[in-house]
Amino acid sequence: MSQYRPFRTKWMSYLIDKKAVLYVFFLSIATLLLLIVSVSIGEMKIHPIEVVKTLIGMGNEMNELVIKSFRLPRIVLALLAGMALAVSGAILQGIIRNPLASPDIIGITGGASLAVVTFLTIFSGERSSALTVSIHWLPVAAFIGALTLGVLVYVLSWRNGVTPVRLVLIGIGLAAAMQALTNMMILFGPLYLATQAQIWITGSVNGANWNQVSTLAPWIIILMVFVWIYARRLNTQELGEDLARGFGSVVQRDRMVLLLFSTALAGGAVAFVGGVGFVGLMAPHIARKLVGSSFGALIPTSALVGALLVMGADLIARTAFSPLEVPAGVFTSALGAPYFIYLLYRSRNQ
Amino acid sequence: MKKELLHTNSQKVIGMILGIILVIVFIGCSFVYGYTKVNWGMVIDSFRQFDGSNAHIIIQESRVPRAFIGAAVGASLAVAGALMQGITRNPLASPSIFGINAGAGFFIVVAVTFFSVSSIHQFAWIAFFGAMVTALIVYFLGTLGRDGLTPVKLTLAGAAMAAMFASLTQGMLSLNEKALDEVLFWLTGSVEGRKLEILTTMLPYLVVGWIGALFLTRQMNILAMGEDVAVGLGQKTAIVKISAAIVIVLLAGSAVAIAGPVGFIGIVIPHIARGLVGIDYRWVIPYSALLGAMLLLIADIGARYVIMPKEVPVGVMTALIGTPFFIYIARRGLNKL
Repeated sequence: MSQYRPFRTKWMSYLIDKKAVLYVFFLSIATLLLLIVSVSIGEMKIHPIEVVKTLIGMGNEMNELVIKSFRLPRIVLALLAGMALAVSGAILQGIIRNPLASPDIIGITGGASLAVVTFLTIFSGERSSALTVSIHWLPVAAFIGALTLGVLVYVLSWRNGVTPVRLVLIGIGLAAAMQALTNMMILFGPLYLATQAQIWITGSVNGANWNQVSTLAPWIIILMVFVWIYARRLNTQELGEDLARGFGSVVQRDRMVLLLFSTALAGGAVAFVGGVGFVGLMAPHIARKLVGSSFGALIPTSALVGALLVMGADLIARTAFSPLEVPAGVFTSALGAPYFIYLLYRSRNQ
Repeated sequence: MKKELLHTNSQKVIGMILGIILVIVFIGCSFVYGYTKVNWGMVIDSFRQFDGSNAHIIIQESRVPRAFIGAAVGASLAVAGALMQGITRNPLASPSIFGINAGAGFFIVVAVTFFSVSSIHQFAWIAFFGAMVTALIVYFLGTLGRDGLTPVKLTLAGAAMAAMFASLTQGMLSLNEKALDEVLFWLTGSVEGRKLEILTTMLPYLVVGWIGALFLTRQMNILAMGEDVAVGLGQKTAIVKISAAIVIVLLAGSAVAIAGPVGFIGIVIPHIARGLVGIDYRWVIPYSALLGAMLLLIADIGARYVIMPKEVPVGVMTALIGTPFFIYIARRGLNKL
């Protein structure tokens, strides 16, 4: 039995990786289960069966309210953000050909953070904590920040083309600068704003609503489809510049388009949930271990692993220290950093 | 390699004397310029016959400590950067990029949040400890792997540790407003509002670090020829690297303890120093110290004027000055040190 199964129609052909399909299937089930469990746990416990009943529209009114207006939007937002960050990381690791790259390390998240804090500072009222413009513009600001930084990193790394190492280094430098500026903005803003900004920068899905979900969902889904179609170009990128060029791939243009996808995904996620750290680093690695490094399989797998990570982190964040709410980003970072060390350790003999 | 600006030894000595004079001038400027207007005469008076007036108090309690702290911190960070770049063969090595600053910040916030530490005196010691732990972790991580210490691996390890510490720090701050208030200013890197006492507490470590760096210069020159050549010449490279690492931790740790995470000086200055005097560490180290002191003093004076009457933390100023420079070096490539 071969690993792949060809799939052909009149207008396209695709090799289906059987193992990957299996993993994607199981991970989808796991995601669904975690979703149900996460919905059922909280201040008011709801039995999982009741949760399922409510989800398919047969629950009682009370459960309906708690689940549909409070818990579900938050969990779905975590799911979407996790997917986006993970795929963003998978793409970056593909272009940079360094398994340790991720959107937070090359500063994309930092650009978004600076934009958000600047936004909060400029548009907050003189004395009260109310903003002078609608909070709905906040994701727009974050997104612009992320995108600007992505473009800046790319443009500044350009010198007869963009080499992966240069891209990482410039990204790290800009990330450091962003952090200094962000701290300054927080420092100059009023204190209540500082707390708000800190939570946002660390990444939290607290207070999510359907409005956010319905803004983010199409964005992410459309981008994911594009990325998946574009995935075979990532495969050639991984071979290295010369080989990729030998295959007739336009390396620099592909690199730019892919970086744009990666930034757009990370930007979208960061815009709504803030800088949930290390998901972009961890998820692609775990996925690669499961299904190997062919991007057609890697992207959906990474997406699901990322979703599981952020949903899990959020579940811990709102239950572990209850009634205190810890930002979910604290847990992904606490998990991600040791994982990063483990990755370095493992690569020692390669 | 581009030829250095100062060729002969006498030129270099003259340059150094000039540098010392400039540092003294900038320290003087730091006494005088700022939101509260004082003049040189008042500065001198405040030393000779302190009369308890507002101006004298500001000079003695705020401006003087600030100037000396700025000079000491700038010099230390620059020397630490020069040594880091030497032993890692990475032109981007510096305390801020390698996460040492963020690590120190993390330990401070932990102390404030969980152990209710509040005196700035204790801050210093905790930051010192945090910087040390982080430096060791990053160095250890950078050496893992097949081909030992590579510049890219080390940079990534540093950046990842920085990201982790920053994120954990922010997480804790988001739960604790009191800590936020106390720590935030420190976290941005500033020499304002520090008491002279902090400098004197850390001074022994700084002095040991400075002298240690000067003693290491000859060994660093040999190491710069490459690991193999150095071993061939009979150098015990491991011992040189470990001694340099200890000096780096002393210097960077104390600097961060005093002023918080002031970034980019450790990257920028050694490059300028090399441009002036070439690659001989016997000159690079003292020049780095002088130039680092100057840069921080200038940045700190500038910080008072950008958005008067408020002050920009000096760490932001150095980041603004340093980032373009950093990008320039990163573009030039990692292999040209």
